[in-house]
Amino acid sequence: MSEALLRVRVERKNFAAVTVLRNIDLQLQPREVVTLLGPSGCGKSTLLRIAAGLEREFNGAVSRGGQGGEVAFVFQEPRLMPWLTVAQNIGFSAGGQYDQAWVQQLIREVGLEGFADALPKQLSGGMAQRVALARGLYSRPRVLLLDEPFSAVDAFTRMKLQDLLLQLAEHHGIALLLVTHDVDEALYLSDRVLVMGGSQSSSLRLELPVALARPRDRRDARLAALKGEALTELQLAHVI
Amino acid sequence: MTSKSKTLPAPTEQRWKPGVDSAAWKRRGKGLVLPVVALLLLEVVVRLGWVPPYQLPAPSDIFITLSDLAAGPLYKHIGASVARVLLGFAIGAGLALLAAAWVGLSREAEAYLEPTFAGLRAIPSLAWVPLLLLWLGIDETSKVVLIAIGAFFPVYLNGVAAIRNIDRKLVEVGQMYGFSSAQLAKRILLPAALPGLFTGLRSGMSLAWMFLVAAELIAATKGLGYLLTDGRETSRPDIVLAAIIVLALLGKLCDGVLAKLETHFLDWRDAFTGEAKP
Ligand SMILES: Nc1ncnc2c1ncn2[C@@H]1O[C@H](COP(=O)(O)OP(=O)(O)O)[C@@H](O)[C@H]1O
Ligand SMILES: [Mg+2]
Repeated sequence: MSEALLRVRVERKNFAAVTVLRNIDLQLQPREVVTLLGPSGCGKSTLLRIAAGLEREFNGAVSRGGQGGEVAFVFQEPRLMPWLTVAQNIGFSAGGQYDQAWVQQLIREVGLEGFADALPKQLSGGMAQRVALARGLYSRPRVLLLDEPFSAVDAFTRMKLQDLLLQLAEHHGIALLLVTHDVDEALYLSDRVLVMGGSQSSSLRLELPVALARPRDRRDARLAALKGEALTELQLAHVI
Repeated sequence: MTSKSKTLPAPTEQRWKPGVDSAAWKRRGKGLVLPVVALLLLEVVVRLGWVPPYQLPAPSDIFITLSDLAAGPLYKHIGASVARVLLGFAIGAGLALLAAAWVGLSREAEAYLEPTFAGLRAIPSLAWVPLLLLWLGIDETSKVVLIAIGAFFPVYLNGVAAIRNIDRKLVEVGQMYGFSSAQLAKRILLPAALPGLFTGLRSGMSLAWMFLVAAELIAATKGLGYLLTDGRETSRPDIVLAAIIVLALLGKLCDGVLAKLETHFLDWRDAFTGEAKP
């Protein structure tokens, strides 16, 4: 494959005296969808924050390949500015003089036509997360990092948002690095699932490739079989 | 911050438009019941001679006094008081906002300044009066300074709390975009702190009026506080009550202006409005 879009090497990441992450080397290729799967508290968010440059105190390095591809981040909660409208939130990084046409296009792409002037308090959780996705896309990133983006919405909305995310990534040619604790979500979305775990400090315990073409069918027997294998491996790796 | 919510195709929320729908008038009517009944009762009690009018004048007498004053010196007194309050409030609240921003945004500044402010706050503000009179004399300056001291602390305390209560998660969004400190302050910190700042400004304004009365009771030749003293010295409870009514109206007016600004700027708040379902 070509040069990696994003490479994250973490030799060690401590919080005070506790080592949370150890010996991690992670690469993201263009247009690739990779999920980080692991139990709560294993350091998934920390690793993603390191990748985003939000966390700077660690031993290791983050390098962004190629033409300085932009990296954007979508948080677990929508984190919209409650005093700004949907459109203003989407163009938030540019401040008052955001690109109106581009924002309108993003609003259409995430299915929020007619809500450009709505305030966050008028949106449902799923709609707010759509706005957060659009805000992530505003800077035309080549990599989108997502931290459990759909864990706070109901199962139906989650499926819709998963499909929307894949569609947007495909359309804009964006690579995704997504954190989840949901095995089904990981297998449905990704090209590779990286399992994190460890008794003291976490590392990448195993890599599960998902060689299925998209669009995938959630009822696909091969997904079910992969899930079986994944659960077995997770057990063998003492992650569950 | 200047954002306005537009109506959605989805269920639109009911908005309270003063002076438009009849429900609003009904609400106001309910609020008037108690004062109107009380006034009528007072009028009857005084007219029947159960209470001597030199202690409690009838509401109608107070109204006559008020209109007499309005024809004469009332506006001079109002003008003097309003000018003092506005000047004192502007100075006190302005300094308080600066101090709050400084202490709220910097742990270092907090370490240096907060203990001093906490100590000063422990002094009941009226205890400054003798010193102010000694240092600044009995003219305008001491009054304005006293009002400024009164307005300072509520604005300062609410300001620091407002900054410290800002959702760290929203600030992180700005950090992710690599905002400079100035951008962070303007685009996230200020709007996010605005609700708390307004709370502080409104209580600062009400304290400014309180300290105005204190200042004018002590030494003044004009102003509503002077009218109060004058009424007492000439045994005219009707003048005292008329001055009280004017003070209440002015206080309400000032708070109303701030409240209007608050609803204008804080339209976006998703706050409980007092009833589960309209
Ligand atoms: N800012 C922080 N300070 C101290 N400890 C932290 C901090 N952030 C996370 N941790 C700790 O690091 C570990 C991993 O956290 P996190 O990356 O949030 O896990 P996950 O996202 O997988 O649930 C947890 O034990 C958590 O308590
Ligand atoms: Mg997490």
